[in-house]
Amino acid sequence: MSILVTPDTKILIQGITGSFGARHAKLSLDYGTKVVAGVTPGKGGQLFENQVPIFDTVDQAVRETGATVSAVFVPPPFAADAILEGIDAGLDLVVVITEGIPVIDMMRVKEAMKGSKTRLIGPNCPGLVTPGTGDKSHGGCRIGIAPGYIHKKGSVGVVSRSGTLTYEAVWQLTTRGYGQSTCVGIGGDPINGTSHLDVLKMFNEDPETEAIIMIGEIGGTAEEEAAAWAAEHCKKPIAGFIAGATAPEGRRMGHAGAIVSGGQGTAEGKIAAFRAAGIEIAETPSDMADALIRRMKR
Amino acid sequence: MNIHEFQARELFAEFGVATQPGRVANTPAEAEAVATGLSGGKLVIKAQIHAGGRGKGTFKSGFKGGVHLCDTPAEAKDLASKMLGEVLVTHQTGPEGKEVGKIFVGEAVDIARELYFAILIDRATSVPVVIASTEGGVDIETVAEKSPEKILRLSVNPFLGLLPYQTRLIAASLGLTGPLMNQASKLFTNLYKLFIERDCSMVEVNPLVVTQDGKLMALDAKFNFDDNALYRQPSIVAMRDITEEDPREVEASKHGLNYIGLDGNIACLVNGAGLAMATMDIIQHAGGSPANFLDVGGGATREQVASAFRIILADSRVKGILVNIFGGIMDCDVIANGIVEAAKETGLSIPLVVRLEGNNVEAGKKTLAESGLKLESGENILDAANKIVAAVKAAA
Repeated sequence: MSILVTPDTKILIQGITGSFGARHAKLSLDYGTKVVAGVTPGKGGQLFENQVPIFDTVDQAVRETGATVSAVFVPPPFAADAILEGIDAGLDLVVVITEGIPVIDMMRVKEAMKGSKTRLIGPNCPGLVTPGTGDKSHGGCRIGIAPGYIHKKGSVGVVSRSGTLTYEAVWQLTTRGYGQSTCVGIGGDPINGTSHLDVLKMFNEDPETEAIIMIGEIGGTAEEEAAAWAAEHCKKPIAGFIAGATAPEGRRMGHAGAIVSGGQGTAEGKIAAFRAAGIEIAETPSDMADALIRRMKR
Repeated sequence: MNIHEFQARELFAEFGVATQPGRVANTPAEAEAVATGLSGGKLVIKAQIHAGGRGKGTFKSGFKGGVHLCDTPAEAKDLASKMLGEVLVTHQTGPEGKEVGKIFVGEAVDIARELYFAILIDRATSVPVVIASTEGGVDIETVAEKSPEKILRLSVNPFLGLLPYQTRLIAASLGLTGPLMNQASKLFTNLYKLFIERDCSMVEVNPLVVTQDGKLMALDAKFNFDDNALYRQPSIVAMRDITEEDPREVEASKHGLNYIGLDGNIACLVNGAGLAMATMDIIQHAGGSPANFLDVGGGATREQVASAFRIILADSRVKGILVNIFGGIMDCDVIANGIVEAAKETGLSIPLVVRLEGNNVEAGKKTLAESGLKLESGENILDAANKIVAAVKAAA
């Protein structure tokens, strides 16, 4: 089952002809993902890689191909508009890979999309992967920029703000024989569409997910909220890792949302919240899969 | 991105936010000229540095205080000569202090009340929030801890903006009535406009003062700007003061590297911000001290790695380097070759530990082993951290 996307989900890619979008559209196709359309205004009628039709608008793409999910690779100055276009076209899910979207733009997007049925993930996220059953998990659904081959079909759900930390956790799990149901990168920006808690709730309800790894970092209170909910409601074992214990106060550590301000959003506070909720803590990033295995054996 | 107090005043002037009369001066002569142009009352001289605590700071020359009152333009000139070109140390600058290149010369204000007013984007609700308090002139975090009931938080609708009735509500909660309420409405409205139009992530006016003669003005302000929006804010970008920034960070940004300098002696080079933070953490966990945060992003090319090595090596505190790369799509052998060539090019002679994982990792490890360079491979991140900490200790 997995969450959000299955190997059969039809996706379109906004910004498919830009170098970043094109590169990852190709990798998703190689992975077996059902990329059924691309959208680049002005390039409607062309074919991507001789197989994927390109449209001028998301609306056209949806009507002609039945795509239900969009991956947004559009550059920052135009990204908010692209996101709203996808929401307006009635998509189930819009996943925004783009890094560098102004915060005030995202604030307006979130306000504008209130009441819509579309789920937004990101921005500044690596995307999501539901692994397939083929060789090196080929045949799954890969949205975004994660390396497909590190995955394995299984029952661990992974949710994270960071891309490469996710890949570390996934690779540790795969090499220990534990596959993944779905891996969700929610992104590193301070204002985003989907939180750790949103994904935890989905994993909790998903029959295929049996255990969860949650990866967080400094800034904001999302991890604390997720932990508090998990303590009361989550039926499945969770392991967690928090990055940024050594980050200086007030500095933006790469991710726009990774900043400790006014003593709020510290790694220490998040780790304490995880501990209080019975979440097994990985002391180092090398320990993420092992922490979950320990927790599952308890 | 930070700006100086005098630049904040320029923004206030542009948006009609009332503040104390005065101008910036670069020389003692200019200070005297500015002072002469003011209304003739008491003057305040303030050192312009990107740090707080100026009033209680001390110059390395021994002269005390980065903020002074005086009575005449001649005294202003004298104070200016004691501050300009000198290094001011405050509890926020660190022991090395900051050199004062400009000073503000203004009309001193007879303060009747000190209030607090800030606007920021609330991460939890994704909308702007106004924070106002009668307890100005002190650290707001202390107020939040000791008397949270003295802090008003008011959410703003992103499409409607700060509405007039909301500005009156805030004014009333601050005890600003009569003509002060009208001044407050205007000041709050204009400050919100500035916040949105200049893509701020935070504006903090502390103190917002009521003067003895019934004027409301922003006496000091701290601005943070959304780095993601700088591409559309050329006038803000023009305010950047490179001399106030860490030179390592300035150099790094020229090469498209995301770098933040810390105080330790073990440098790291990583792909991905989360992994980079985790790498700094694990260096400390292993008993070492991280020298920096460095995210080379999605492409660890030879040029970028070489630039990163050069910046790292220019820091004489650095005694060892940990490279931690998860080659997801990037080929680990390509990365290994990049590291080897960069190390040779920069004449690297301090301990180097490389931990590679992912795509084509075996070939990458082989390339490192056969490079002839003095470097070690880490089996996993913890192993790599332990190795670099040990190597730096051994070389000490």
